[in-house]
Amino acid sequence: MSLSQDDVKKVSLLSRLLLTEEELTTMTEQMSDIVGYVEQLNELDTTDVEPMAHAVEQFNVFAADERAPSLSRDEALANAPKRDDECFRVPAVLGE
Amino acid sequence: MSLIHASAAQLLTQLESGEITSVELTKACLAQIDVADKQVGAFLKVMSESALEQAESVDTRRKKGEKLGRLAGVPVAIKDLLCTKGETTTCASKMLENFVPPYDATVIAKLKAADAVLIGKTNMDEFAMGGSTENSALGVTRNPWDLKCVPGGSSGGAAACLAASMAPLSIGTDTGGSIRQPASFCGVVGLKPTYGVVSRFGLIAFASSLDQIGPMARTAEDAAILLEAIAGYDPHDSTSANVKTPAYSQSVKQPLKGLRLGVVKEHFGDGLDSEVEQATREAINVYKSLGATVTDVSLPHSKYGIAVYYIIAPSEASSNLARFDGAHYGHRTNEAAMLEQLAQERAALEAAGDEVGLAKLDTSLVRMYRQSRAEGFGPEVKRRIMLGTYTLSAGYYDAYYLKALKVRRLIRQDYDAAFKDVDLVIGPTAPTPSFAAGTKTDDPLSMYLGDLYTVTANLAGIGGISIPCGFSKAGLPIGLQLQGPPLAEERLLQAAHMFQTATDWHQRRPELS
Repeated sequence: MSLSQDDVKKVSLLSRLLLTEEELTTMTEQMSDIVGYVEQLNELDTTDVEPMAHAVEQFNVFAADERAPSLSRDEALANAPKRDDECFRVPAVLGE
Repeated sequence: MSLIHASAAQLLTQLESGEITSVELTKACLAQIDVADKQVGAFLKVMSESALEQAESVDTRRKKGEKLGRLAGVPVAIKDLLCTKGETTTCASKMLENFVPPYDATVIAKLKAADAVLIGKTNMDEFAMGGSTENSALGVTRNPWDLKCVPGGSSGGAAACLAASMAPLSIGTDTGGSIRQPASFCGVVGLKPTYGVVSRFGLIAFASSLDQIGPMARTAEDAAILLEAIAGYDPHDSTSANVKTPAYSQSVKQPLKGLRLGVVKEHFGDGLDSEVEQATREAINVYKSLGATVTDVSLPHSKYGIAVYYIIAPSEASSNLARFDGAHYGHRTNEAAMLEQLAQERAALEAAGDEVGLAKLDTSLVRMYRQSRAEGFGPEVKRRIMLGTYTLSAGYYDAYYLKALKVRRLIRQDYDAAFKDVDLVIGPTAPTPSFAAGTKTDDPLSMYLGDLYTVTANLAGIGGISIPCGFSKAGLPIGLQLQGPPLAEERLLQAAHMFQTATDWHQRRPELS
């Protein structure tokens, strides 16, 4: 299946990426190639096959409800691109 | 044998007997890095100062007669995607160029507890996505056997530093072949353990159901020693296997009696380089001469491995990499410039009376995310995020993602059936030896096909090892792959060691000028 530039543009928004016009052209070609390749899976009848989401069969793992050490606020904020004493700072969300 | 070429097993004996000190050994490795890494580029960061401090501390405590860890005084190189407290951990990405983790990954904590000397952080494909290390945004790594060629990837630096004798041990990670393929390209040993054997806590995630950390070394025995130090259940990783860690370093030297090997028919088909095929067939004959019985086995769905992988891995990546948003850590775009650009776009749309365009225009927060990610990620990472977002998006989920999960089970069932009749399966690690840098970068699909023989082990969750088994006429190493049923790492290592007692491919070292 071949993807349109509009499809790819929509996916770039969902992906929170911003593509230049040139990137958009290349990406559309390459994604079409790869999606075309993976469509060979349609040769297989998988009607009664149980999907395998994980390499080992998973069981729910419960942690004991106990206090344990964790990062201090300062450590958690240490890598923030922008911060104040208490919070991560981001561009205004409201009032646009 | 000089210090830099010696195996970790030999070095540990010499350190324990007092014949050498950790400071001498660490200095020898640092001196070799100084000379060789200008050409090879295996390291993103050499931790000379802290390495020498660790080495001195081990020597001092040894003199006092204190009990030391099992890797005491031996240098280990770390792929730069394991969180290392207080040391930049970049994933070879501009996104994390300045990221300093506030905690140690479990593997790092275990290496420290084992008194290993952390010598540096090795280069890789950005976020471990790639097979040549050419996707690194922060450095170029070349193959020590031929500096025009790639070291493989994504653990390219991890493999190259071993081949060029800059460290005796190194840590890699493998999501679709990223330990085994570079091991094959660089002529070293690389083991991808069964999923869950090594804790992933503190590993910067690419595809969580496939990622596994593993040992890389120049001998199977050394890989066993390193695996023993890093394996084990970890309450911080709920997917880690709650099983007792075997004494790999002890069992590795016991030969396997009556070993039954299965030759994977599908791994000798189209696309396999004739020199690789020949070396692999000769390696199989070595096993026969060691008493192994060899039969053909079939993994009929293995040809779908790449297709399944390039749905599942990008899907998981698109979700895992959503955390890099320019808000909490990592790269953020220049905000003033970004807001200015957005204002201009708004003004232009208003002037044109384009109501639809205005309604679609990004908010400043969304634009901050998009612009930061566009600047922080390289092309391959973007491609995989886009692919994964597409295959998980409404209307395509069943057709792609769910379908891939079903074929994943068929791939696993093929292995389960094969392991009823044989102990291990055997074949080439990669279809070709290393290739010249720049020859595949424009064609992602051709690069992806290099994972054909490795990727199914990740999908099935089983272990696999690559060991050197020959050289091409051009002088490039060729790797042999063994894969085993879940939790058969002891068997894999024993089989690899047997091969190395009968061959000397692993003892050859490249000549760097």
